Amino acid sequence: MTETALLEFRSVNTHYGAVHILKDVDLAIYPGEMVCLLGGNASGKSTTLKTLLGMVTPTSGHVLLDGEVVNDKPTSYRVTNGVTMVPENRRLFKRLTVKENLELGAYLRDDREGIEEDLENIYELFPRVKERLSQKAGTLSGGEQQMVAIGRALMSRPRVLLMDEPSMGLAPALVQQNFELIQQIHEEGMAIFMVEQNANMALSIADRGWVLQTGRVVLDDTAEALLANPELRSSYLGES
Amino acid sequence: MMTVALGSRKLFDQNWKRILFWGGICALSQVFICLVGLPSELNRRILIESTLSLGYLFILWIPLVFGYIVSKMVELEGIENPKPGAADLLSGALTGLIGSLGLVLLMLGIENLDMRDPLINWNPKLFRLLTFENSIAFGSLVWIPVGVGLGTFGAFLHQISAQIRKMITYATFGLFSFAILEDVIDDLSEGFRLEWLNDLIYAKKGGMTVTSTIIIAVLLALLPLLVRGKLKTKVATYRSDVTPEGKRRNSIILFSTIAVLVIVLPWFLGGIVNELLANVGLFLLLALGLNIVVGLAGLLDLGYVAFFAVGGYTTAVFTSPNSPWFSPETHFGISLLVVVVMATLAGLLIGAPVIRMRGDYLAIVTLGFGEIIRLLFLSDWLKPYLGGSQGITNIPAIDLGPWEVRGADPRSVFYMVLAFCVIAIYISWRLQGSRLGRAWMAIREDESVAEVMGINTVNSKLMAFVVGAVLASFSGAVLAAKVGSVFPKSFEILVSIIILVVVIVGGMGSITGVMVGSLVLIGILGGPRQPGLLQEFQNYKLLIYGALLVFMMLKRPEGLVPTARRTRELHQEEYLQDAWLGDDETEETKEVGEKL
Repeated sequence: MTETALLEFRSVNTHYGAVHILKDVDLAIYPGEMVCLLGGNASGKSTTLKTLLGMVTPTSGHVLLDGEVVNDKPTSYRVTNGVTMVPENRRLFKRLTVKENLELGAYLRDDREGIEEDLENIYELFPRVKERLSQKAGTLSGGEQQMVAIGRALMSRPRVLLMDEPSMGLAPALVQQNFELIQQIHEEGMAIFMVEQNANMALSIADRGWVLQTGRVVLDDTAEALLANPELRSSYLGES
Repeated sequence: MMTVALGSRKLFDQNWKRILFWGGICALSQVFICLVGLPSELNRRILIESTLSLGYLFILWIPLVFGYIVSKMVELEGIENPKPGAADLLSGALTGLIGSLGLVLLMLGIENLDMRDPLINWNPKLFRLLTFENSIAFGSLVWIPVGVGLGTFGAFLHQISAQIRKMITYATFGLFSFAILEDVIDDLSEGFRLEWLNDLIYAKKGGMTVTSTIIIAVLLALLPLLVRGKLKTKVATYRSDVTPEGKRRNSIILFSTIAVLVIVLPWFLGGIVNELLANVGLFLLLALGLNIVVGLAGLLDLGYVAFFAVGGYTTAVFTSPNSPWFSPETHFGISLLVVVVMATLAGLLIGAPVIRMRGDYLAIVTLGFGEIIRLLFLSDWLKPYLGGSQGITNIPAIDLGPWEVRGADPRSVFYMVLAFCVIAIYISWRLQGSRLGRAWMAIREDESVAEVMGINTVNSKLMAFVVGAVLASFSGAVLAAKVGSVFPKSFEILVSIIILVVVIVGGMGSITGVMVGSLVLIGILGGPRQPGLLQEFQNYKLLIYGALLVFMMLKRPEGLVPTARRTRELHQEEYLQDAWLGDDETEETKEVGEKL
């Protein structure tokens, strides 16, 4: 592809102390696409997200944002330039109100009118959230919390949404609803990078995917190809 | 009300185990308080002339409270409680009786056994107090009916109408305040040339006169009758009717009234009370700073005294001619600029290494740093520069042109502290709603996610440390000028802990709460080295601080004047439980339930 990747890893290595976590990982997320990263426990998925967001600095290799090396740039720089994460388990500020949670999503922005506008957009997207604005985030139901978590992420006007296990801890009915929601946001042009254990569901909506195993990318293909891959089917989809 | 209503228990249908349990605790508490020495020590403080001293009061409240507790019924859904009646009065009476028996045993013990070695208050003084300088038989004859009576009265409180209970509460607490505030009222009446009023209320030797006690009690008891709900409805209608502008105007009026009072009142107060107010101000300044660190940013700093010390010592070095090594003898204003710089440096220096720690670890490390700073000031190594344990003396008064702020004139110190407090309150207030304030709140809630939002957590936390440090150092600077000297001893760890208690008791994160907290704790009980209004408490201050802290944690963890947010989060579950009870929903829970 000739297009510049929005976010890119070029043979990234990371260490926690002496422990080698990511090993020569190459990734690329292009504007407007939906990709997913699959992997079991301790395969390096969370570290990948943290490295993308700048909370972990790679020991070698490059992290690129719009083709520019951002290895040493702080999280705030990346958030300002369109990278946002929806953390695992939603992790709202439980004792703050829903409104305060949303406003904190726009922490780095100071265009008051733009923030108001985006708040309105979010209310339109999630009418339920508007009813709960002055309520403590911790009192919301799981589904509502997911809406607020996504809303909070959208408040920074991102171009790519990093989602850490969006289906974790949700009731099965909500998982489906949640993926529909992600698709809806994606259709409006947002690039989405999803880290999932629910491989079937994730691959069914994603364009491409990677499989991470003990810090190494072992598969890199389109979603259809991955879904059809017998190796993957046996190890992730529980089929023999 | 006194008639035994249908469906109440039979007189001897008692839960004996419960009575024995609470009676035993009642007896133990009374004996404990006696042996701690509170009654003997506080017997000097007369509350009501030739009738009641603070010392006796400390024994007397116990049977009353336990009588109340023992006859309290647990309300459970679906179970109809028997109507309270004579049987409940009997439980109260028995509890009081067992409590008094504890005192009788104590008297017998003191007479026959010598236990003075471990228990210093096991002495004739206590014996004389308990026997009313008479025999054990006489003492028992007094204590048993008194205990039984108070226990019964405590139980009886459940059976009277809310209106009368309110009247009794008003009268009791009102009288108690009158008795406690004797010094202030004395001072005030002198200031307003109303000595005759003072002579009317208080006896010459201290304490209220019996007549004035009765008159004031009756007046106070009538107070709720006079306002009887009117005030409540008025406030309610006011709340619903008032326009935002009206609200604003009213709060401006309220604010200016308080401001005028605070500025004018010291002129009518004497030295002692002004001294107290100055101390309250010094600690309020400290507490406001700690409130930012702990209340807003959620960083539990137990070494906060370090910044207080930095402020004090910097002022001493720069203004005192006795500073052993470097003595520029500058004006206080110039030294204050240096204080700000030094406090910022200290905040960064202590903050930087501990900033990556969270929760308990942070608390322990800051605790250590607080001690390190004090030990440095005390060390032989720095003795040639800072005077070691001799400290630095001869710090001059603050010269403000026509005025001079010096320790001998507590009113001037009060105004100086007031100025700093106003600045600190303004800063805290502005910070709360600011971008930085929001970042602090986010960090307090969830640091990792705050980082994901793009908040620079390291810088924000360092800022909290620095702002807190600067406020504390101002307090230290004024203290140095007020006392005229600084010693390492003045900056013990106890200071950190007492300020933390002030913040917790007042209400974490709430500016008004912190103000009330320091007024109540420092003003009445006293600071670590400063006596409060109840100077007699000096030796028992820590005991009372501890008891108060435990009580607050159990009954009102959000503090005296909490922020709306804290109330919400701490009582939400209770409200939800109440709501679940359904039919029994009271007005209050309904309201709260709707708010939630």
